[in-house]
This record gives sequence, C-alpha cells and structure tokens, in this order.
Amino acid sequence: MIVAEQKPIEEIKELIGPHKRVLLLGCGTCVTVCLAGGERQVATLAPILRMSTKAEILENTIERQCDAEFFDEIKEQAESCDAILSMACGVGVQMVARVFPDKPVYPALNTVFCGTNDGAGQWSENCLACGDCKLGIFGGVCPVTRCSKSLLNGPCGGSVDGMCEVDPENTECGWQLIYDRLKKLGKLDILAENAQPYDWSKTHSGGPRRLSREDIAQL
Amino acid sequence: MKQTTEYKSASNLEKTLTAGKFAVTAELGPPKSADLEHIKNKAKLLKGHVDAVNITDNQTAIVRVSSIAVGKLVLDMGLEPIMQMTCRDRNRLAMQSDILGAYLLGIRNILCLSGDHTCFGNHPTARGVYDLDSIQLVEMVRNMRDVKVFQNGEEIRNGKKAEIKEPKMFIGAAANPFADPFEYRVIRLEKKINAGVDFIQTQCIYDMDRFASWMEQVRNRGLHEKCKILAGVTPLKSVGMAKYMRDKVAGVVVPDYYIDRLAKAEDAAAEGIKICVEQIRRLREIEGVAGVHIMAIEWEQKVAEIVEKAQLKKR
Repeated sequence: MIVAEQKPIEEIKELIGPHKRVLLLGCGTCVTVCLAGGERQVATLAPILRMSTKAEILENTIERQCDAEFFDEIKEQAESCDAILSMACGVGVQMVARVFPDKPVYPALNTVFCGTNDGAGQWSENCLACGDCKLGIFGGVCPVTRCSKSLLNGPCGGSVDGMCEVDPENTECGWQLIYDRLKKLGKLDILAENAQPYDWSKTHSGGPRRLSREDIAQL
Repeated sequence: MKQTTEYKSASNLEKTLTAGKFAVTAELGPPKSADLEHIKNKAKLLKGHVDAVNITDNQTAIVRVSSIAVGKLVLDMGLEPIMQMTCRDRNRLAMQSDILGAYLLGIRNILCLSGDHTCFGNHPTARGVYDLDSIQLVEMVRNMRDVKVFQNGEEIRNGKKAEIKEPKMFIGAAANPFADPFEYRVIRLEKKINAGVDFIQTQCIYDMDRFASWMEQVRNRGLHEKCKILAGVTPLKSVGMAKYMRDKVAGVVVPDYYIDRLAKAEDAAAEGIKICVEQIRRLREIEGVAGVHIMAIEWEQKVAEIVEKAQLKKR
C-alpha cells in the first residue's frame, strides 16, 4: 500500500491559515489502512484544528481520493468551503485539485513510500514502482528498493551482520536478504551472473509515466 | 611500438604488475578547497616512493577537488594517478564523458567504486545517482577500451567516417574481504573479474587471518591469476583512530591485539607504523598478493617511511 504520515500540526495550521471554512477530507483506502488519513484520523485532527485555528472545519471521508467518481457525494459540501485539506496521499491531493479547479487544496500528510506493514505502528519501503520488476530473479527481495544504493550486483562493503551501514540499527542489508533467500532456494548461482545496467527510463527518469490498456478502454 | 601494443593501457602500474613486480600504491585525498599548494605538498611526499597514487573521488561523500583535475596535476608533477570514480555522483553519460576527458589529459588508471552513501558526507540531502553499480562501471570501461563502444553499443567515433578513438584505461575495483555475507565476497570478486577488472585494491586489512582465509578462497577459484590483487593497509595513528576504524567504519575489522599494542606503546604513532610494516611483510608472503595499497589517511608524510621500512624502496 501507499504509506503516509501526518504532517506536523504547525505546518498544517500554516497551510490553511488564511481560510475561514475548510473541508478536512479523508480517504478510505491506503491511508486508512496505514492509520494516517482515514475517517478516524479526520475525527482526531478536526477538533485539534478547531481549537487551534479560527477556521470552521467540516469533516468528510470518501472511499478513494485517487478516483474522480468518488467525489460526487461531497461536491456540494466542498463548493461551500474556501479550501480543502486532504488527508489522502499525494495522488489523492492532486485529484482533489483536478476535481475542484477553483479551490485551493492542501496536503495534511506526507506520502512516504509503497510498503508493507511490519507490525503495530511499523511500516517499511518495498517497492519503488520502477516499472520493470526483477523480483523473480532476486528471490522476492527488491535490490532497487532495499539496497540503499540500488546495487544490482551484490552488496557493497557496508554490509555487516546483515545490516546496512546507512542505518545499522534498523535497516537490513537488502543484499543479505537476497543472498539468504536464494541460498535457501538453492539458487545462489544466479548471484554469480553479472546483472546489466538497469533501464531507468521505465522509472520516473523517463518522465511522468502513463499506462494505457486497450483491453479495458474497449469495455 | 610493438611493446606498447601489448599493454591494455601502458600505464606504469600496468607495466609494474605485468612484470611481476610487487607494486606499491598510495592514496592522495584532494583538499576541500581550491588549494593547489596542498595538492603539491602531498604529491611531493609520495613522488618516487610509489608506482601510482589513487586520487579519491569526493571520498566519504564530502565535496573535494575533482579526482580528474588532481589526477592531471599530479601527473604533471611526475606521479602516476589512479583516478577513482564513484557511481554516487554521476550517471552513465557523465561517467563516459569524464573517462574520455581524463584519458585525453593523460590519465591511464581508473578505480571503479560504488561510492560512500551521501548520508555520510557533508551534503546528506543530496540525491545519490547510482545509475550504474561498480561492476557495471567496470564493464562499461572495459567495453570502451576493448570493444571500442559506449555503454549503449555505439562505436566511439566522432562521426560515421571518423576514426575510432577509444580511451584505454587500466581498470581497477575494490574488494572488501571483511564485509558480509562473507561467502559471497569472493563470488562478487569473480563478477568484477568477469566484468573486466585488471587489478583489485582491497579495503584496509587488519585481521590477517580472515584476509588469509579470503585469499585461500581466491586462489581456489584461480582468481589471483585473472587479476592483480593489491592488499590494502592503513597505518593507525592512535588508539582513538583504531577504535574509530573498528566501530564506525562498516566493513573494517580491527582486532583487539592491535589496539592493546597501541595503548601500551610509548609512541602510539610509531607503533602504528611498525604494525603497518609488519602487516606488509606478512601480506607479501601470501600467494596471490601482487602489491600493497597504502592508505595513509591524512598521513601521506609517512608513506615513504613505511615503504622504506617494508623494504619496498626501489623506485
């Protein structure tokens, strides 16, 4: 899922500063699951903003802010406000801007990564959405994401006791994980092959990406 | 004429290693300012004592004078540079462009590195590039030299009818026998050799037993015959430095007995030099070690003494 966290309250207050009537809009998808911008977080943030700012704060949450069709139910309410404070990820915030071209929109969250839930209050990054998945080669562990240098040919000298030198307390060396997995699977021979330079044009390096699927478009 | 064509690059380092002579390289860290005197002073300390000198490339991710510029400066002073190049600061376009430029300036050795992560340096908010990794960089430089093509497969010529003019570098890479996973380290060395590496300089060695065990794996695979391995050493100036290397530098192992020796010595710096000389003598005995790489960090003035005491003075 897309993992996000709430911005510092002072930053949020500064963003909505000049507005008198603000719609605080939650999203029912990823940010609900990662407990950052769902209905409950809207219910928690709204009273804090009411107490600490002069603005009138309206609350609502829609199922998905990344899809225009879910905005119909809140159109009237949104039009009655000076601004929208979105508790969605960056994708949702941009859709709000698109759906309401005349309304200022502000993000209440920082979108941090695509990742997994690793236990209560713990998440970690697992996918950079690089557009050319090599997990089948690397034992189901992504070197592009989980190696701090995105190395494709094994660990640098900073791999010690399974941890990455960039953050030895918390971050595992992605290459140790790849090595361990492939060893278990009896496929270490894969790691003796030289991986060729990556095609970064399929990442954001190639410009903002689009996906068109004729099979869906024709339905 | 005939002799030069036998070499890949005809660098002094290549000739020394090809002749089977025990090679000595050192390290020159460029300054953090446009300080020409600093570079000249360091170069003077090393000149005549080593076969070639590594010019570091923004080492520890701290901005310094570029390795190419300093490489050219020391070359003009009669010292052969090994241009270090990291994958951290450049994409493949910048790398190839710099390799062509460095070659035109007379630089003939390159050391291909991943590069220390930006988080350790003085611009921790910078974006790390890592378009290629160090092994892919090695292969790119090898293909530029031997296949005479850029990384995209295009021939290295300035137009369809122009002559091919490729940069001929003697290609090095690093190896760390002390990082994990230990068993994968030799496989990774073999990958570097397959990518086209001519020489290896290792991370600094203190744990001789672990290094000897790594070299045994190297010999078992015959890798010492496919590339020249220079063993890295870094003289310890003090107990503090030894502990810093042990605790703060990932992939460096400093055994306690060296720390004890430094602590008990009246003159820790002199003891550090003594330890370094002993290490070089032991390393020389190990089959497959083709030379030594002395990384005297901000202590270049001691290189001549170490070389002399280790009886390597012949240059």
